Amino acid sequence: MPLLLAILLVTVLVSVSVGSANIDLKTVFLILLSKIPLIGDRMDETWKASTETIVWNIRMPRIVLAILVGAALALAGAIYQGVLRNPLADPFILGVSSGSALGAALVMLFGIEILLFGKWTLPVVAFLSGLLTLFIVYVLAKVNRRMQMETLILAGVVVQAFISSMLSLIMALADEKMQSILYWMMGSLALTDWSYNGVILPIVLIASVIAVLLAREINILGLGEETAHYSGVSVKKIRIVLLIVASLLTGAAVSVSGTIGFVGLVIPHIIRLAFGSDYRLILPLSVIGGAIFLVSADTIARTILEPRELPIGVITAILGAPFFGYLLRKRKSNYF
Amino acid sequence: MLTVQNISKHYKEQVVLKNISFQVKEGTCFGIIGPNGVGKSTLLKIISGLIEPSSGKIMLRNKELASISQKKLAREMAVLSQSGLPTYPLSVEDTIMMGRYPHLHWYEREGKKDKEIVERVMEQTGVTSLREKLLDTLSGGERQRVAIAKAMVQQPKLLLLDEPTTYLDIHHQLVVLQLVKKWQKEAGLTVVMVMHDLNLASQFCDQLLLLNNGGIEKVGSIEEVIEKDTLSKVYETVPEIIEHPINKVPQVLLTALDELS
Repeated sequence: MPLLLAILLVTVLVSVSVGSANIDLKTVFLILLSKIPLIGDRMDETWKASTETIVWNIRMPRIVLAILVGAALALAGAIYQGVLRNPLADPFILGVSSGSALGAALVMLFGIEILLFGKWTLPVVAFLSGLLTLFIVYVLAKVNRRMQMETLILAGVVVQAFISSMLSLIMALADEKMQSILYWMMGSLALTDWSYNGVILPIVLIASVIAVLLAREINILGLGEETAHYSGVSVKKIRIVLLIVASLLTGAAVSVSGTIGFVGLVIPHIIRLAFGSDYRLILPLSVIGGAIFLVSADTIARTILEPRELPIGVITAILGAPFFGYLLRKRKSNYF
Repeated sequence: MLTVQNISKHYKEQVVLKNISFQVKEGTCFGIIGPNGVGKSTLLKIISGLIEPSSGKIMLRNKELASISQKKLAREMAVLSQSGLPTYPLSVEDTIMMGRYPHLHWYEREGKKDKEIVERVMEQTGVTSLREKLLDTLSGGERQRVAIAKAMVQQPKLLLLDEPTTYLDIHHQLVVLQLVKKWQKEAGLTVVMVMHDLNLASQFCDQLLLLNNGGIEKVGSIEEVIEKDTLSKVYETVPEIIEHPINKVPQVLLTALDELS
């Protein structure tokens, strides 16, 4: 855990320093330090104000967003895998991301802002449409009250194909807004300011706490529904709570960054390979691992073809899809 | 300890169990026997609270089963299901520790006391040397012993078993049943088990319930149930009943015939 946190810190520092204007690591470190209350008050400014603007107002909001989105997606993936007892479950593969995206695209297309929710409209709608999608996939996948792993993936593909066509339709109808919707659909952390972080931060925090508190129950669920029931776990209740939490995380992530795939698949798997199958470890470590992964991916996305910027979803898919193939080949049984 | 009152279960038109009533005394072993598909497993699942009966009720020490919370129930009752433990890469020790779940508050971690209990039970069930092994690498007999260990650390007053000896060779059948017997004697445990093997049932149980077509054919002592006329009727086979040379309980002997009668 401390090691992963240290890696995250280094990744963040490097990520802040690289870009169209390179800033040396020491300056980055000092500027970030100066933002910490108490310590910052006693520091002298030895850097230019423009450098501080780049670091604090341009790069940091985006990096913090990458941390939060990466954490949300990896945690959601880990929860789906544990609760559905399916190693291939992930918000993207299950179609939840696409469902959230469809809801969010509709909001963007019509410019609706439900009064009650205000700036929360987008995440709330993304969450609800994601949850609805998960429900449809779940019902489709359940044959004879049992759920095969392959059926679940297929159901995800079917639902996703349908939703994609809906999204294409929306884009065809939305001439002038098409560019921004398309870009957002491929996943992007550009166009960020601090306010985006304010929306997703509380959701990630609350969801992480709930998930970690229920980690022991997820472990017991791994023994199968019947055995978990006999062990004293209220299977139905716990499962619904966790599926809602994971979908909430997905909805929040999609509403601020579009559909970024495979984070929720790759990260929990690597954590599991390295640290074993105890969810009391997998969940918190996935949060940190997801953050490291997405900050790195975003840094690549914005620097590799400078001055052009790639959609981050492209980077995660290039890394994630082959990994998905590898997992498909490797698994021996229906479990992990 | 356990009272089953007028339990019936039907799925749509199909009647699985009708009007089942019986009592199990504390500290005894109660066997449920009968041909394939007569509803033995369904009855056990109803007693365990996994599925609800269409009518009737289960009383656990004067308390209705349906009113007991899941966690509290797991402190009263442990179940060894027919499907058993999964092939899942979880260590034996961690699996057995999960049996402590119903005794822990949501904010609590497993403490020293829990670890001691797990140690002691692993010793008793002979799985101490397997502690690091993963469930998916165990043999059938080992897996069943781990399942019993997990049930033991749960420290229930009532243990339900659904055909605990299926797929096991004769040595492991005895090992598993003797573990349960010893536990029953030492801790005053009440045992209810579904059994296929009539000879083992008559050696390990105090009372037997013979199910036929979803109803009770006979309930009573071993001698009352393991009896030629009753068994011939239910199993559509004519068995010979002899006395076990050592522990004097009735045993069932089958005769191979040249033709189907």
